[in-house]
Amino acid sequence: MKLKANLNLQRDRSLPKCPTGITGFDEITLGGLPRGRPSLICGGAGCGKTLFGMEFLARGAKDFDEPGVCISFEETPEDLAQNAISLGFDLKALDRSKKLIVDYIHIDKSEIAETGEYDLEGLFIRIGSAIDSIGAKRVVLDTPEALFGGLNDEGVLRSELRRLFRWLKDKGVTAVITGERGEGTLTRHGIEEYVSDCVVLLDHRLQNGIVTRRLRVLKYRGSVHGTNEYPFLIGEHGISVLPVTSLGLTHKISDERISTGVSGLDEMLEGQGYYRGSSILVTGTAGTGKSSLAATLVNAACARGEACLYFSFEESPDQIFRNMRSIGIDLARWVKKGLLSIHSTRPTTHGLELHLVEMHTLLEKHRPKIVVIDPLSSLMNGSAGNTSDVTNMVLRVIDRLKQLGATGFFTALTSGGEATEATDLNISSLVDTWLLLRDVEADGERNRILYVLKSRGMAHSNQLREFIMTRNGVELREAYLGPAGVLTGSARVAQEARERDDEFRTLRENESRRVTLSRKLRAAEAQMAALEAEKEAAVRELESAAVEVEERRKSALAHRQEMARSRKVHLQPKLARVKASEAGA
Amino acid sequence: MAAKRNSMPRPDYDLRLYVAGQTPRSVQALANLTKICEEYLAGRYRIQIIDLLEKPQLAKGDQILAIPTLVRTLPEPIRKIIGDLSNKERVLVGLDVRSGV
Repeated sequence: MKLKANLNLQRDRSLPKCPTGITGFDEITLGGLPRGRPSLICGGAGCGKTLFGMEFLARGAKDFDEPGVCISFEETPEDLAQNAISLGFDLKALDRSKKLIVDYIHIDKSEIAETGEYDLEGLFIRIGSAIDSIGAKRVVLDTPEALFGGLNDEGVLRSELRRLFRWLKDKGVTAVITGERGEGTLTRHGIEEYVSDCVVLLDHRLQNGIVTRRLRVLKYRGSVHGTNEYPFLIGEHGISVLPVTSLGLTHKISDERISTGVSGLDEMLEGQGYYRGSSILVTGTAGTGKSSLAATLVNAACARGEACLYFSFEESPDQIFRNMRSIGIDLARWVKKGLLSIHSTRPTTHGLELHLVEMHTLLEKHRPKIVVIDPLSSLMNGSAGNTSDVTNMVLRVIDRLKQLGATGFFTALTSGGEATEATDLNISSLVDTWLLLRDVEADGERNRILYVLKSRGMAHSNQLREFIMTRNGVELREAYLGPAGVLTGSARVAQEARERDDEFRTLRENESRRVTLSRKLRAAEAQMAALEAEKEAAVRELESAAVEVEERRKSALAHRQEMARSRKVHLQPKLARVKASEAGA
Repeated sequence: MAAKRNSMPRPDYDLRLYVAGQTPRSVQALANLTKICEEYLAGRYRIQIIDLLEKPQLAKGDQILAIPTLVRTLPEPIRKIIGDLSNKERVLVGLDVRSGV
């Protein structure tokens, strides 16, 4: 058993593959169809077999430089070209540049009679000459079983078809053979017996009134392949197959942070916002502002010049524009600038797979940085899926976004009665950041509260904050804890007023204290000045007293000299003594 | 293999026999055809032999798949008979010769 597995793996490595270029198909077949071998594509009428073949050829000619030959047994080259043009392939141009030959083989039973033995060498020669004329590497036979309608000898036909497939293999061309599904068999005439290397089954089925196309690789000899049924879409650019869970959980992650568009919310997330490329889920009851939060994020991203993609399942673009204008967000201008693209569809318009394929196609087209799905929950209610289908789909979307490095923002409605920490979709474990919006009813008001339930890889705030939508956008306010729990709305406003009052009072008290103190200081200073003046006066008085004494002494001396003169006494020696004492002083 | 009885400018029966090389079946078909023509359409027919191995591009024009294929281009409408023409009755019916005799 183990040996066999090893053998398979080895062969897989050595089995050359031929890329079809069909979106998604090469992924599920790990490289494409088996190179140099015929593959059978079968399915019911209108399932896209012919288109698969045409795309295989057109992409081969255009993208892989492998010319191709289409042998059509049912449609004329004109019809084929017409059909292909609607899907973006110009067969005529490829024909002119010798990259593609379309040969229409038509048998009209009414003009043919059979007598005796024959073989289909003519068909071989035609195919061979077409292949050789342009060096074709790819061949499509669409649908060779039509021969059964034109020729009577089924035995000859069978053996010739078998020979044809072997011959194609010998020629080394990669062939696609289409076959219409029969009753209980893959093809109407059982030609799957002769094409044993690779069988792909296309299918479209009606489920709850919604058609979904699916593809399944029934058999791929010598190669590992995805065995699931993969939904596919025939769109403007051909077939896109969705490799449902090609997820390897190996996507690169980013450390870059992006603003939520709400400064209060950024604060709660380490002041930096979400991680780029993460998935964010916002849940809440009706009217709690989930879409507004989405619009805020988109607005912020567009302002940074990032492309955004908005899937709306409830509102038309115009309605979104109007509603968001009411909170001061103008999304219409971003659409005009080509940064934002809004896709509004009803969940019921098609099945989940088609929604998914459409999303994939749009993701491919726009390569957005931010993707909003608003709301996820309506997919569940509206479309044909059940819970696990929707969960699966969300998983696929998240995968794809992670691969693209785009940030996903999903909203989900929770109904009032349920536990708020659970979603209908059980996707909470898939997302990286989960914000919860809640109504709080108190004091005759209904107010909104936001909190971060989880946010992987960051130390997010554990706070409850009041979520307010104003004319200028979304704001988060500090929520107060009152005796009855969190204070919101007017209770919060009252609390804020009280806090302001308190602050004012303290301010006033401080001021008056300051005034008193400075007054005291000034008084002390005044006192000091008065004392200084007193001191100065005393000094001055002291000085003038000394002068007076001297003058008195001088006048006394002068008086004595006067007296002496009048008495004719010579007082010279005494005067000299006085002078000497003056000099000494 | 040269075309036979092509001296006539416009034969009543213009026939083309498509073959792929000298296979026994082709040889058989030509022999059968010549025999029938000589018997029923002497002097009123022309047979062209087209070997697709030499001229594969000619297969497209007459929508040839089976080998051998006999194509009656005249009288109109075009009729095709595939096989080695071993059943004389069916060849005659296919060529719509019976009524003309």
